Amino acid sequence: MLTIQQVSQLLPGQDNILSWIMQIIFLGIFVVFMFYGQRIQMYIMIREVEGSLFKLKMMRDEARKAAITAINEVGKPQVDPTAQVDRFLEYFAITPVDLDPAGIIWRLEHLLDVADARFKDDVKLMAPQADTTQINNLELTLEVALTLNVIYKIIRHFYLLGKKTLSLYIIMQVQMILPLIMKEAEAHAGALKAVQLGQPIGDGVGALVAAKLMHAYEKTKIEKDCVVATVPIEGRTAYVLKAEGPGGNVGKPGEAIKQVIEQSEGKISLAIVIDAAGKLEGEKTGEVAEGLGVAIGGPQVDKYKVEETALKYKVPVNAIAIKEDIGDVISPMRKEISDAVDRVIERIKRLIRERTKEGDFIIIAGIGNTIGIGQ
Amino acid sequence: MEGTVSVARRVSPFLLVIILVTFVLSLASIYEGVDAYIKNDSTTGNFYLTMGVTTLAISTYLLFQTRKRMLRLAMPLSPLNTTVECQKCGFKNVREFQRGDFVFKQTEDQCPKCNEKTMSIGAIFREVKEKEKTREAG
Repeated sequence: MLTIQQVSQLLPGQDNILSWIMQIIFLGIFVVFMFYGQRIQMYIMIREVEGSLFKLKMMRDEARKAAITAINEVGKPQVDPTAQVDRFLEYFAITPVDLDPAGIIWRLEHLLDVADARFKDDVKLMAPQADTTQINNLELTLEVALTLNVIYKIIRHFYLLGKKTLSLYIIMQVQMILPLIMKEAEAHAGALKAVQLGQPIGDGVGALVAAKLMHAYEKTKIEKDCVVATVPIEGRTAYVLKAEGPGGNVGKPGEAIKQVIEQSEGKISLAIVIDAAGKLEGEKTGEVAEGLGVAIGGPQVDKYKVEETALKYKVPVNAIAIKEDIGDVISPMRKEISDAVDRVIERIKRLIRERTKEGDFIIIAGIGNTIGIGQ
Repeated sequence: MEGTVSVARRVSPFLLVIILVTFVLSLASIYEGVDAYIKNDSTTGNFYLTMGVTTLAISTYLLFQTRKRMLRLAMPLSPLNTTVECQKCGFKNVREFQRGDFVFKQTEDQCPKCNEKTMSIGAIFREVKEKEKTREAG
């Protein structure tokens, strides 16, 4: 059996007590890391998640406070809206059954309509003095607060579950996606002031293109919360449509495009859908790209309707995307995105010249939240 | 537009104790190294000095990291600008965003060039600073 002296010969040092203590401590650290390395790593991850969770909590609280302040300022309610806001922040919607997918789109659309009507009714009750634009903006403010609350609660759930079970894998999966979640949460927190003040956001660039095309022409309302104008472009007649602004509103562009195609009995030579699209890292903000298909995000109901109608009447659908970062989508519109509007209009004109003949009818749909954008 | 800034201080006392212990150990190691050099034992001196300096560097780094951990939640956004355009002569003026502004809103402002009330909002945008852009590209 090895004696302490024999072991000590393996290590450099002197025969004083301090040298011994230090060697034992360093050996101890080595052994601790060998056996408890993974656990230490887990505690470091838990600390990291804890820090982010604290940030998320602050964002959630700020958003809740901002929503209450905005309701009090704009809506001038008789009673304190705090309890109603807290109730709103806990809202949830159960998605339709997808085991039998037949007809799921219509069930989803019904659910979304009910949710939208319910949200608007609740905001009207909270802020009785607010006008339509203000109601739309307040609804958007509350939705931002709701999103931040959901993000906070989900991360808190995994954090507490990981702590309770001491499972590296539970903590690890949260820690790995945390940078992306934090980016989205920070974007929402940054958007709060913008939606409160009714400033245009990055998502509204499609609507801004349509607004620029239809400005100075007569507009008519179309289902639901959308406006359409007949605009002569390059010797063709374009039905330009967008959600009705300047309040925070996305409308139902799918239904609007469907109606326009049906009203013209399918005599549409080309449909161009313009929307903001998430950029890949390395791509420039405000870059414009062309493609095919229906560029409508969200819960896919509108996209489905356009696809169905386009198929029925054999209408070719082209898409123009304006690239932007996830953080820019709901933040106040950046100059690069605003400047892209003229380039998009040039592309639209080129597409029309190349793909249609003079006298043809076309549809130009600007998709996105039209907050801060009139028409 | 000003961003919301909230500051919170959260430093674990446990972490501070660990940093302190590492710091003391590193100083002791450096002392041992210097002592060994004085006694002409360069092998031991090298060992202790390397260990001491490395541990000192780690503990100092951890200390600075702890200071950074004092969480700062800041969402500063660049100021928002509104471009007001004259519909008649095309004169453009960029000013700070005001509550109630929206794109294509007819304003009450008088055009300084043609002296008519034909000004409307042409664009509302924020300019991201060059530093932020570089960080984004990197």
